[in-house]
Amino acid sequence: MIQLTVNGQKRQFDGDPEMPLLWYLREELQYTGTKYGCGQGLCGACTVHVNGKAVRSCQTPMSSATGQSITTIEGLSATASHPVQQAWRNHDVPQCGYCQSGQIMQAAALLKEKPKPTDAEIDAAMKGNICRCGTYQRIRAAIKEASGQAVKGGR
Amino acid sequence: MQKIESLPRRTFLAHLVSSSAFLIGARAGVLDFTGATTGELVSDADKAAWNPNVYLGIEPDGRVILVMHRSEMGTGSRSVLPMVLAEELDADWKRVKLEQAIGDPKYGSQNTDGSCSIRDFYDTFREAGATARLMLERAAAAKWGVAAAECAVANHFVVHTPSKRKLGFGELAVLAKQQPVPKKEELKFKSAADYRYVGKDLPTADRDSLVNGTGIFGIDATMPGMVHASIERSPVFGGKLKSFDDQEAKTVKGVLQTVTIPDLSGPTMFQPLGGVAVIANSTWAAAKGREKLKVEWSASPNAAYDSAKFKQTLLETVRQPQKVVRNVGDVDAAFARATKTHEAEYYAPHLSHAPMEPVAAVAEYKDGRVVCHANTQNPQAVQDTVAQALGIDKKNVECHVTLLGGGFGRKSKPDYVAEAALLSKAVGKPVKVTWSREDDIRFDYYHTVAAMYLKAAIGEKGKPTAWLQRVAYPSIGTTFNPAATHAEPFEMMMGWNDVPFDIPNHRAENGPAKNHVRIGWLRSVANIYQAFAIHSFLDELAILAKRDSLEYLLDTLGAPRIVKLDKDYINHGKSQDQYPVDTGRMRNVIELAAEKSGWAKKRPTAGRALGIAAHRSFLTYVAVAVEVEVDQTGRVTIPSMEIAVDAGTIINPDRVRSQFEGAGVFGASIALMSGITAKNGVIEQSNFHDYRVARINEAPQQVNVHIVNTSAPPAGVGEPGVPPVIPAICNAIAAATGKRIRELPIGRQLG
Repeated sequence: MIQLTVNGQKRQFDGDPEMPLLWYLREELQYTGTKYGCGQGLCGACTVHVNGKAVRSCQTPMSSATGQSITTIEGLSATASHPVQQAWRNHDVPQCGYCQSGQIMQAAALLKEKPKPTDAEIDAAMKGNICRCGTYQRIRAAIKEASGQAVKGGR
Repeated sequence: MQKIESLPRRTFLAHLVSSSAFLIGARAGVLDFTGATTGELVSDADKAAWNPNVYLGIEPDGRVILVMHRSEMGTGSRSVLPMVLAEELDADWKRVKLEQAIGDPKYGSQNTDGSCSIRDFYDTFREAGATARLMLERAAAAKWGVAAAECAVANHFVVHTPSKRKLGFGELAVLAKQQPVPKKEELKFKSAADYRYVGKDLPTADRDSLVNGTGIFGIDATMPGMVHASIERSPVFGGKLKSFDDQEAKTVKGVLQTVTIPDLSGPTMFQPLGGVAVIANSTWAAAKGREKLKVEWSASPNAAYDSAKFKQTLLETVRQPQKVVRNVGDVDAAFARATKTHEAEYYAPHLSHAPMEPVAAVAEYKDGRVVCHANTQNPQAVQDTVAQALGIDKKNVECHVTLLGGGFGRKSKPDYVAEAALLSKAVGKPVKVTWSREDDIRFDYYHTVAAMYLKAAIGEKGKPTAWLQRVAYPSIGTTFNPAATHAEPFEMMMGWNDVPFDIPNHRAENGPAKNHVRIGWLRSVANIYQAFAIHSFLDELAILAKRDSLEYLLDTLGAPRIVKLDKDYINHGKSQDQYPVDTGRMRNVIELAAEKSGWAKKRPTAGRALGIAAHRSFLTYVAVAVEVEVDQTGRVTIPSMEIAVDAGTIINPDRVRSQFEGAGVFGASIALMSGITAKNGVIEQSNFHDYRVARINEAPQQVNVHIVNTSAPPAGVGEPGVPPVIPAICNAIAAATGKRIRELPIGRQLG
């Protein structure tokens, strides 16, 4: 029996311990904001927080989630008012929006570690998250805004 | 068979060219104000107290329900088109509820493809709004016993101007329903100065749900009691199932059974490829079970397909005279007279759409009917395709459209929905089909490979006196007719038989090619390789002439004029009178992009330079001026890109900007790194490690979009940004390094 915490709630899982956390979140808990994009840790669409750090849930077997505290996009803020989410809205970042949960979770983890990231630090932290629509410059601008820095560029 | 084939083919061609015949369907829906009798009452708008047309319903509480019949895949059409109706109706945007339509021909074309949602439905939505507004005004006038001319709609109310009395839309809904439907000639449209929504940066309708994770995509759709499927398919296109052993697969916990999907036979169209499906109680168990399948496939003639060898075949084709698709003057005579000529060959690879969300659908077959939820760009094609696969009437296919995690053309081909429906019929439960990324990359409807040959005779000041262009590629037509050899007219329309340069002798040709994989349309379609070759070659001539690339481009484009093309030039189904090829508008965007880039002041330094290219596609004029930097190792970075756009009338400027920002990134991926190759008939790429697309540190660092303010009729926005980006980058690289890129992607060519 695997015990873990998801968005503040204690959970138990007794299925295949090899199953990636991604599918547990999506299909057992219906936290579908976390997306499948590649299954290989190549695109970042499945990014969640494990004990506050950005992690690819498609590469996290349930066995390694034991005792961990998981946060998904649904649990980032009860009112979707995390500074990153607010900045995302202000810049109307999403086009199709599919990768944005992962982008937001990655950005939120970045700001926890580096409250005022430079452009280079943003690129280094965000380069694992692919956006096929190409919203990158708004992502960069929104992260700048969320970190209280002057925004140049964007739309 | 003939009948079955002809319908989707016609539908498909219709959407690509937006034929007028198809649009009549849309008009009929709007102008037939009998409401309930036009079809079943399926949408909330249909069921509203007043349902003046298929796109609109008004409830007694004042709620205005706007039906969005196009799919939302990131282009914003779901948010933007309703602005047009709300504007003419003068509704309060805060009291508008958007409803996504199911697939139903009564809405007109729902194929969200070809950058045509605004272009083809702008007038329809304006008329729908203006008609309802007039009926509301007349209903209020009748109730008050005053002249209708004294009544005017203002923000969700009708106001009697002299007495300042007012009635809300909700109070008037039932009364307005009794008003006769006004003739089109009676309609009055708002003047642009009074616009409250059109021309404004309204936030997208789905913004909040996409920021808090609650937006429902195809991959998120569920049906009660559903099971999951993962499908093993022939690695070579055309391979047929010989035998399979599912014993081990069935030992995987959660695996319920396996089901065979019949091999594809006849034209490819949108039918499933066939294969063996593992059905399980979770996506993970289905995928694990599939890994344990042992499957044998029969040999396919496509097993000999080697894309590197095929490149040589295509190049040999374009070295020989081919079918003439446009001729001006006498190219051969001009070449014979010329003292100097220049020629070059270009090549571009297959591409995969790779939307971030792979294709996914859940379908339930029950009592001869299918209900499905899918991330489709074209729910009516879902109806056709599922009906054909299951042998039922398309009226018995109910297709609900989810949000799409990108589309780029892949999701207008609903093979995956037919897979889900066939499997549901076999297992007697709703079945969810989710393609893995590997499935997505290895079994796509690929953007085609293409080879181009260009030759010019060089005259005074290095200007071309004659220009010959030849292209060969497996056509999208092969997906509908396996015997197709040459490009379809709609492919030629995309930057091949409409080159607007002022050259006295000009000939465009097209050679034959056979397909070995499924060929489909990808964002910007044939414009990608055709514009790459045309606008790169022009820049070659500029450099050869030792002239400034911008000045040479403008000189070759010639004086502002309307370029008259053959009367059968498709022009996306629009007349050349309404949407002419106007070199004045082209010149304008070129000058705008160049000015914003600081072209006149910047001089190339070692490894850093500007490049420019301009292209008209989807009836929109786009110029791209881009700065690139090439380092010692040959790595290309793009510090800035200026895109100037003349797309006619604009509804939501921010969504136009976002589409062109994205086009800069999409084009950079194609220029720098994306390519699909095949060996022994098998696609060599499988995921984002080997099918590369631009990441945040590889994309243009800043794309600035400059929109020309014009009242010209609306044109495309989703696709026209991509084509000029690619030659602009290549032209900048030539200026920075002296190296001409003649094959995509650039990859390590500069290293």
